Amino acid sequence: MIARFLTAAALLAASPMLLAGEALTGEVQKQATNWTAISMFVIFIALTMGITKWAAKRNTSTADYYTAGGSITGFQNGMAIAGDYMSAASFLGISALVFTSGYDGLIYSIGFLVGWPLILFLMAERLRNLGKFTFSDVASYRLGQTQIRILSAFGSLVVVAFYLIAQMVGAGKLIQLLFGLDYYVAVILVGVLMVMYVLFGGMLATTWVQIIKAILLLSGASFMALMVMKHVGFDFGTLFSEAVKIHDKGTAIMSPGGLVTDPVSAISLGLALMFGTAGLPHILMRFFTVSDAKEARKSVFYATGFIGYFYILTFIIGFGAILLVSTNPEYKDATGAIIGGTNMVAIHLANAVGGNLFLGFISAVAFATILAVVSGLTLAGASAVSHDLYACVIKKGKAKEEDEMRVTKITTLSLGVLAILLGIAFEKQNIAFMVGLAFSIAASCNFPVLFLSMYWKNLTTRGALIGGSLGLFTALLLTVLSPTVWVQVLGNAQAIFPYSYPALFSVLVAFIGIWFFSITDKSKMASDERERFFPQFVRSQTGLGATGAVAH
Amino acid sequence: MNNENVYRQIYANPRFQELVAKRGRFAWTLSIIMLAAYFAFILLIAFEPKLLGIPLGPDTVTTWGIPLGIGVIVLAIALTGVYVQRANGEFDRINQEILNEAQK
Repeated sequence: MIARFLTAAALLAASPMLLAGEALTGEVQKQATNWTAISMFVIFIALTMGITKWAAKRNTSTADYYTAGGSITGFQNGMAIAGDYMSAASFLGISALVFTSGYDGLIYSIGFLVGWPLILFLMAERLRNLGKFTFSDVASYRLGQTQIRILSAFGSLVVVAFYLIAQMVGAGKLIQLLFGLDYYVAVILVGVLMVMYVLFGGMLATTWVQIIKAILLLSGASFMALMVMKHVGFDFGTLFSEAVKIHDKGTAIMSPGGLVTDPVSAISLGLALMFGTAGLPHILMRFFTVSDAKEARKSVFYATGFIGYFYILTFIIGFGAILLVSTNPEYKDATGAIIGGTNMVAIHLANAVGGNLFLGFISAVAFATILAVVSGLTLAGASAVSHDLYACVIKKGKAKEEDEMRVTKITTLSLGVLAILLGIAFEKQNIAFMVGLAFSIAASCNFPVLFLSMYWKNLTTRGALIGGSLGLFTALLLTVLSPTVWVQVLGNAQAIFPYSYPALFSVLVAFIGIWFFSITDKSKMASDERERFFPQFVRSQTGLGATGAVAH
Repeated sequence: MNNENVYRQIYANPRFQELVAKRGRFAWTLSIIMLAAYFAFILLIAFEPKLLGIPLGPDTVTTWGIPLGIGVIVLAIALTGVYVQRANGEFDRINQEILNEAQK
């Protein structure tokens, strides 16, 4: 019985495969239909559909559709970034990890945070000053439009696809657990709702779905943490000492466990998380929704604050669950295991501190969280196809606005159908590696090309194309040969590549490839591209000529 | 307006060069602080996990790992705050002056 709940947390404890926590994996058991949760969720849907309707009326141009016309404020965008980044799996997964291994949960969440300051210091203002709709705008600013846009659109779509599959499968399982709905019903429901938001409401509706979700999640988690702290008389010392007394592992929960073992894996993971975050297309796209570099910087400050605060809350919630959930027989089955698996501890804690009504609220918030994340992904995927591939590559920048919009809508719809089909196809597969792969590819293809296009004068189209592709394929190949896929998915006895994360190697391959094939590029085109660096540089620094907010 | 010429003019402006150098230095300093803190933390866990498991005092179970871990989170938030404060204030003011000068 317990073995059936092969949860993300159990996987995490057993291997250094940190990113598995981003995807709920393994079998879950369908729970009884939870009507309180469903009715709260219906209220959320009604509210967000109302916003979508309002947004649809304001969406008249491609700029409105892709970037809400640059009208989002720094604070709103920071909230939306947080809403985009804090997934349901990280809320449930991290608190479950704290519940089972204590301190390791903190190590895990810190990795997800540290990329943000670097994005602010090195990228945010340049991105905003150079780009219009997608990060490919920036990467291809002075390089060959066709080649670089195809490369970065491909990089975006691969990242979106893997991330989306992980989210869809996680969503299906989570909703089975929380709402007692069938897996298929859950996946189709998520697919349909996300298409509705993106198709009709574009970036404006997606942003507001993410903002509302962030507010709900942060206030729900704050309430839980507050009740936990109240239980221990607002004293962290008591919280920890009580937890140590109860927990099977005793004082071991207060120090690093088996999460990070060898230095190569540790550094590789750190690079994947940091550079990967800076190469996620749905995150980068958010920088174009604000009016200028000033607001872009503020967005990252608020986002870092909210995300950091959220991770501290999950740490308290995990310890709270040790105190209030693991001691209460109500939340355990006959064998003494947590009902629904350890991923459910935050949900049980919601019940313990706020009763059935609050349990329903948190369940609805978890569902809303999934919707916010998949909507952002879908929009990023759709813009890569319609803006980068259709408008800029096929039509050479001469696409009519209404044609571009039509392509966006067709793509959104196709992505929705594809997401549902893949979600169903991968139900029984081990998808734990997918979020890790998405981060690795983002770090090894999107990030190096984007970063060097802004920082290195001698970058040429040939260098970016060859180096970026090498990075992408190295990340893909090493992931397949790593223990996470070669052993755990394909069932071989021994992995060919010994580390779970390829980033250290694939990022290096990408940077060296880009460097080598750029400096050896002596073509006329290459020298023109180097010439064009200086106006790009001035614009990236001053914002002169950058696309601003569209007045409504 | 011919942007190309304005860009050249700005590029030649010593104040622009000064702004770029100053802002770049600031951004890289903060980046290195963040990177150093994170990788020191991670490598400490990889090589000497026991150090983080030492209790803060004789009568508490709270370990050094807790303030250090929370410290990394707080540092990330604080550094972004420091950067935004200076970039949106001092640097943007200089930037605006350079732009005004160029577009006269």
